[in-house]
Amino acid sequence: MIHTMECAADAQSLISISLMKIHNSRTQRGGIKLHKNLLVSYVLRNARQVYVKEKYAEIYRMQQYEEVMTVCNEIQELNPLDLDAEDAGDEEQARAACCGEEASLCGSACHRGAAQPAAHARTASALYGCSPLEDGGKEPDPSYYRSCCMEASPVPHCDQFPANGSTHCNITTVLDLDTHVVTTVENGYLHQDCCCCDALQCGQGAQSPAKKRKVEFGFCTSDGEEVSDFTSACKRAKREDCTYFHLDYTDTSNISNLISIFGSGFTGLLSRQADLEQICSKQVLASLGAWTRAIVAF
Amino acid sequence: MGEDAESPKINHTFLRDYVTEADVISTVEFNQTGDLLATGDKGGRVVIFQRETESKGESEEVGETGDSGEYNVYSTFQSHEPDFDYLKSLEIEEKINKIRWLPQQNAAHFLLSTNDKTIKLWKVSERDKRPEGYNLKDEEGRLKDISTITSLQVPVLKPTDLMVEVRPRRVFSNGHTYHVNSISVNSDGETYLSADDLRINMWHLGITDRSFNIVDIKPANMEDLTEVITAAEFHPHHCHLFVYSSSKGTLRLCDMRASALCDRHTKLFEEPEDPGSRSFFSEIISSVSDVKFSHSGRYLLTRDYLTAKVWDLNMDKGPVETYQVHEYLRSKLCSLYENDCIFDKFECVWNSSDSVIMTGAYNSFFRMFDRETGRGVTLEAWRESSKPRAVLRTRRVYNGGKRRRGDVGVDSLDFTKKILHMAWHPSENIIAIAATNNLYIFQDRVNPEAQVQ
Repeated sequence: MIHTMECAADAQSLISISLMKIHNSRTQRGGIKLHKNLLVSYVLRNARQVYVKEKYAEIYRMQQYEEVMTVCNEIQELNPLDLDAEDAGDEEQARAACCGEEASLCGSACHRGAAQPAAHARTASALYGCSPLEDGGKEPDPSYYRSCCMEASPVPHCDQFPANGSTHCNITTVLDLDTHVVTTVENGYLHQDCCCCDALQCGQGAQSPAKKRKVEFGFCTSDGEEVSDFTSACKRAKREDCTYFHLDYTDTSNISNLISIFGSGFTGLLSRQADLEQICSKQVLASLGAWTRAIVAF
Repeated sequence: MGEDAESPKINHTFLRDYVTEADVISTVEFNQTGDLLATGDKGGRVVIFQRETESKGESEEVGETGDSGEYNVYSTFQSHEPDFDYLKSLEIEEKINKIRWLPQQNAAHFLLSTNDKTIKLWKVSERDKRPEGYNLKDEEGRLKDISTITSLQVPVLKPTDLMVEVRPRRVFSNGHTYHVNSISVNSDGETYLSADDLRINMWHLGITDRSFNIVDIKPANMEDLTEVITAAEFHPHHCHLFVYSSSKGTLRLCDMRASALCDRHTKLFEEPEDPGSRSFFSEIISSVSDVKFSHSGRYLLTRDYLTAKVWDLNMDKGPVETYQVHEYLRSKLCSLYENDCIFDKFECVWNSSDSVIMTGAYNSFFRMFDRETGRGVTLEAWRESSKPRAVLRTRRVYNGGKRRRGDVGVDSLDFTKKILHMAWHPSENIIAIAATNNLYIFQDRVNPEAQVQ
C-alpha cells in the first residue's frame, strides 16, 4: 500500500507534475533521458494506482449510500409519484445515475426524493463519471473508471439521444495509442466513436459492443535507428500534442481525462465482469507499457 | 568599494557566485599513482592537475611533510564538442560523463573520457627538451640559405620550458544508442567497457571500429522495459568479472568466461524491499546511482538516493552495511521530486584501505563513514568556511531533537549546492571534491598515509 506524503503529494497533482516532466523532457538538450523518464513513469503508475483506488472507493461509498437512499425512497413510494413519460426502470436508472463524483449534487438531488426522477436524470447527466447500475441493488461494478470526455456539454448531447433510456450520457473516450482506435465507452457498452477533439456525435445510439473505428492521425516519419519505436512514438507524440493543448494540466477534473487518454490498453473497461484486482493489474501493466513507449519513442 | 549611503545595500556576491553552466564539473578522477587529477566539465573540457613535490626528482621520504602536496593545473584541453545526430534530430551534449586513467606504461599518460555517445583516448605527454642546431633550418624553422652553411653539426637536445601536449589517439564512436553512463578500464590493461542505459560494450584500446556487446537488457518490446543500467565497473583484479547496477536497485555480477553475452548474471545482489516504507517514490530512491569495487575486490559500494551500502561479493541476499546519508530528506521526497533533485546521481568512493567510504549530499555537504565504527561525519566544501590550511569542521543537519550551535536546519539546506562527484587518492588521505564549478582538495595532515588493515 502506498502511503501518501505531505505537501502536494496527492495523486492528482503528482500525475500532472509527472506528465509535465515527460512533456518537457522532449525539448531538453541532449535528447530524452531514458532513465529519468522511466522513473517518472513509475511515479505516474503509483499515483494513478492510488487515484484509481480512491475513485473506486468513492464510487463504492456513494453506491452504498445510494442503496440506503433507495430503500428509504421505496418506503416513501407508498404514495404514487407523478411520473413523466418515463417508466419505473428509468426512475431506477436515474437514481442509480445519481451516484458519482459530484457527490454533493447527487446527495442533494437524491434528498429531494423521487418526486422528480426525470429531473434527477438530467441532473445526473450533467455530472461526471456516474457509474451505471443495472438495478439499484446490484453490487457496484468496479470495472468502470471513467469520466466524461467533454465536461462542457453533456446535457445537449443527452437531448440528442434516442429515448431508450435517456441517461446514457456518461461517456468516456479512450484512445488506444497503439492502434489509434478511438473508443467510446458508455455505461459499459461501447459505442461508435466519440472523438474528443471535434463535436461529439453521440447520438448514434447503442450499437453492438466493441465496435471501433480506426482513426488515422497524421504522423511524422522518422528515420531513426529504432524505426518501429520512433514511428509509433511520433504518432503518439503528435496525438499527445493535440491532447496537451486541449487540456489544462492543473485542472484536476481533467486529470481523469488525461488518464483515460493515456491509458492505452484499458481492456478492463470492456469487460463488465472483470473484477477489481484484475482491472488494476491490467491497468498497471498497460499503462507502464504506454509510458515506456512514450519515453522511447520521443 | 566603499559603502554607498544612498543606494540600498546591494549584495554583489551574486556576481562572484554566478556559475557558467559549462564550468560545472561533471567528473573527477585520480590516476593510479595519485600524482595526476583529472576533472571534466559540462563544457566538454578536461583539466588535469599535477601534484607538486618540493623535492621533485629526488626520493621522497614517506611521511615527511616535504611533499607540499599541492595540485596545480597541468594541462587543459577540449575533449568533446557539442554534436548533432542528424538521423534522430538530437543534440549530443559535450558534457564529460566519466574520465578513467589507464595504468601508466611509459612516460606518457593516457586517459579515457566520454560524453553521452563517444569515448576518446587521450595521450598526455611532456616535452621539456627540443632539438637545436639543425643544419638546414634556423631557430625559427626557416630554411637557411645553403651558401651560408660551411660545416655540419649534429643537432642536440636542449632543455626548454615544459610543454604538455595532449593528443587524441583513439575515438570510439557509434557504439551506443543510449546515453553512456560509465566506462571502466580492465585490469588486463588492454580492454575497457562502456555502459549505456541498456547495453554494455567491451572495447579493445587499440581497435575503434569494433566492440563486443556483453550485456543487452533491451527488451524485444520496449513496452516491457522496467529497468535500465545505471553504472558498471570491472573487477580490480579479475579481468573476467564486472558488475553493473540497475535502476531497480539490483547489482549483477557477470563472468565473461561463462558466455559471450552476459545477459544472465553470475550473481544477483538484491535487498528485498520493505513493504512498509512504500511510497510514490520508492522506485526512484532505490535506483543505484554509482557502484564501486573496493580496492581489495571483495566488496561493492553502492549509492542510492538516501543511503550508501556495502555489499560482500560472497553474499547476495543483501548489503552487509547500510549508511544513512541524509535520511532527513525522506519526508521531503515530494518537493525533491518537483524540483528534480530526486534524480540527482551521487557518486561514492572508497579510501585506499577500504576502511572509510565517502559520498556527497546537498548544501555543499559530503559525508564520510568509518566502516569499523559505523559512525558518519558531515563535512562542508564551501569556500566561505574553508580557508587554505584550515581544519575542516564537522557539520550537522538539525532535524528535531537537541539543536546545537552551527547546526543547519533541514529547510535551510541549499539544494542547488550538491556534491555529486568526488575522488579519493589511491594511497593517501587526499580527497578531491567537486562542488558545482569549484574543485576542493583536502588532505589529512595528521594521518597522510592510510592505515593499512
